Amino acid sequence: MSDSLVQARGLRKWFGALEAVHGIDFDVQAGEVFGFLGPNGAGKSSTMRMIGCVSPRSAGELQVLGMDPDTDGPWIRSRLGVVPQQDNLDLELSVQDNLHVYGRYFGISRAAVRAKAVELLDFVQLTDRAADPVEQLSGGMKRRLTIARSLVNEPELMLLDEPTTGLDPQARHLLWDRLFQLKQQGVTLIITTHYMDEAEQLCDRLVVMDGGLIVAEGSPRELIARYATREVLELRLRPGARNGWDETLKDVADRVEELPDRLLLYASDGEAALAAAHQRGVQPVSSLIRRSTLEDVFLRLTGRSLVD
Amino acid sequence: MTAHGIAEPGSRALSGWQAMLRVVEGLWIWYRRNWRATAVSNVAQPLLYLAAFGVGFGGLIDASPHAAQATGGVPYLLYLAPALLTVSAVQNATFESTYPIFSAFRSQRTYWGITATPITPAQLVTGQLVGIALRLTVSATAYVLVIAPFGAIRGPGVLAALVFAVLCGMAFSAPLMALAAAWKKGRTPFAAISRFVVLPMVLFSGTFFPVSQLPRAVQALVRISPLWHGTELARGAALGTLRLWPAAGHLAYLTALLAVGVLLSRWRFRVRLTP
Ligand SMILES: Nc1ncnc2c1ncn2[C@@H]1O[C@H](COP(=O)(O)OP(=O)(O)OP(=O)(O)O)[C@@H](O)[C@H]1O
Ligand SMILES: [Mg+2]
Repeated sequence: MSDSLVQARGLRKWFGALEAVHGIDFDVQAGEVFGFLGPNGAGKSSTMRMIGCVSPRSAGELQVLGMDPDTDGPWIRSRLGVVPQQDNLDLELSVQDNLHVYGRYFGISRAAVRAKAVELLDFVQLTDRAADPVEQLSGGMKRRLTIARSLVNEPELMLLDEPTTGLDPQARHLLWDRLFQLKQQGVTLIITTHYMDEAEQLCDRLVVMDGGLIVAEGSPRELIARYATREVLELRLRPGARNGWDETLKDVADRVEELPDRLLLYASDGEAALAAAHQRGVQPVSSLIRRSTLEDVFLRLTGRSLVD
Repeated sequence: MTAHGIAEPGSRALSGWQAMLRVVEGLWIWYRRNWRATAVSNVAQPLLYLAAFGVGFGGLIDASPHAAQATGGVPYLLYLAPALLTVSAVQNATFESTYPIFSAFRSQRTYWGITATPITPAQLVTGQLVGIALRLTVSATAYVLVIAPFGAIRGPGVLAALVFAVLCGMAFSAPLMALAAAWKKGRTPFAAISRFVVLPMVLFSGTFFPVSQLPRAVQALVRISPLWHGTELARGAALGTLRLWPAAGHLAYLTALLAVGVLLSRWRFRVRLTP
């Protein structure tokens, strides 16, 4: 058997007539941080739930921790740490009671779960709120508590579905640091996110999903090299003065991406592209030259909605 | 897979029985902090009825030879007390198996959190039902303890009455829980159920007067009311008038309703929680 903790072949998911996942293949190796990127409705959460053994697959092969979710769901789940896209904390219990109760669902002894709760609250910096009802926490604090809760059983594999949505910048950096610590401890992480900087920072490897299919796979660096140029020239044009510009600019850059508020010109030399654009009489309100990022890869691969 | 230190498959973290107990424990942690308020309101209601009807109204009834014949010659307070025990169990069961279940699915989504652990939807159903049964038992026991000093109880038969009352509550709770699990939209039918199902049941299931006082057609209808079966059992046990075969029939009806409710709930929980 291979070394992969999760192995999917031709994995599919239907909801009635709607096919949310269209047959995808991927492998997650022990110890890596693996990302799922993709626009809304791409099928990321549906895939995460199949891995989490809370949504039976419609077709294909799936192994998690070497087991089949259809037959060994409880066993697999006992080794997972899950941060769902939508929080599902018990709002009527206190912060620490949420951790106590959740730990007990895994069969952890009361004494052990108490000690663990203290450690976890410190880990997500919620110690001073331990006795407060969850109802009184801010959205970001609830998110941090959900993350702490997912660690109560010391999971081997974590499934984090948009873990940092709603967190302030400090909390996000705190979480990145914590996730990095977990990785150092040998925990395997599967993460979905809409923040490209986060994916670039955290993921060793990622796949981009669109319409239920995997459209690209690789490390952030590989993907940038494969799907974007070295530099990007961003031109902000006056509203209305834009029609036809992308025609004019076509041969200035390798590729032009049209966003609602600006044009992105992909070129190996941004300065040269800007000079050429000026030469053709383009007078942008502002311009910016930067390195390509994962966001550019994302736009290119999933950019269909951006044409309108 | 031993490279990752993964234990043998099949060595589950929890047995089914333990898993169910953990769900109960989770519910109990909430209850432990809130039981006083719950128990007080759950005891206050049947107590008010008992005071108004059993004592106030009962004084009139006990004076009438015709009425005494209908209640089997039992003082009205003794006649009414076990019936109110059952009524109260059914009313509490109605509440406990509707709004909290709906909320655990919809607003708080706590059930999704629970079934992301080794707990399965079927174990969650069992645990939730046992949790409700425990609460009904606590409230019913409190009611019995409060009314005992006022001479509203005849003897140890009340303990069996208590068990029957809780069973009756659960027979009503389990199917309602399936309904609450199936209800996805915002406007719930629960208030309507209290008003148009539970209240008529309370009024016409032999709580305040024997069913024999009703027209024959209505009497037939009353037979489908779980509350009537529960009241017959609880009153019979409390007054020591229970006979074997009718009792077996009532028990079978309530048990069947409970079993159907459990199966429906398991089905609806599974469909909802593992789409
Ligand atoms: N329980 C469900 N029942 C029916 N359809 C569903 C269900 N869950 C997801 N879908 C559908 O499956 C498709 C994929 O949804 P999914 O939640 O996997 O997307 P996602 O990539 O996680 O999107 P987002 O970035 O918005 O979270 C969507 O069209 C969605 O409407
Ligand atoms: Mg999602």
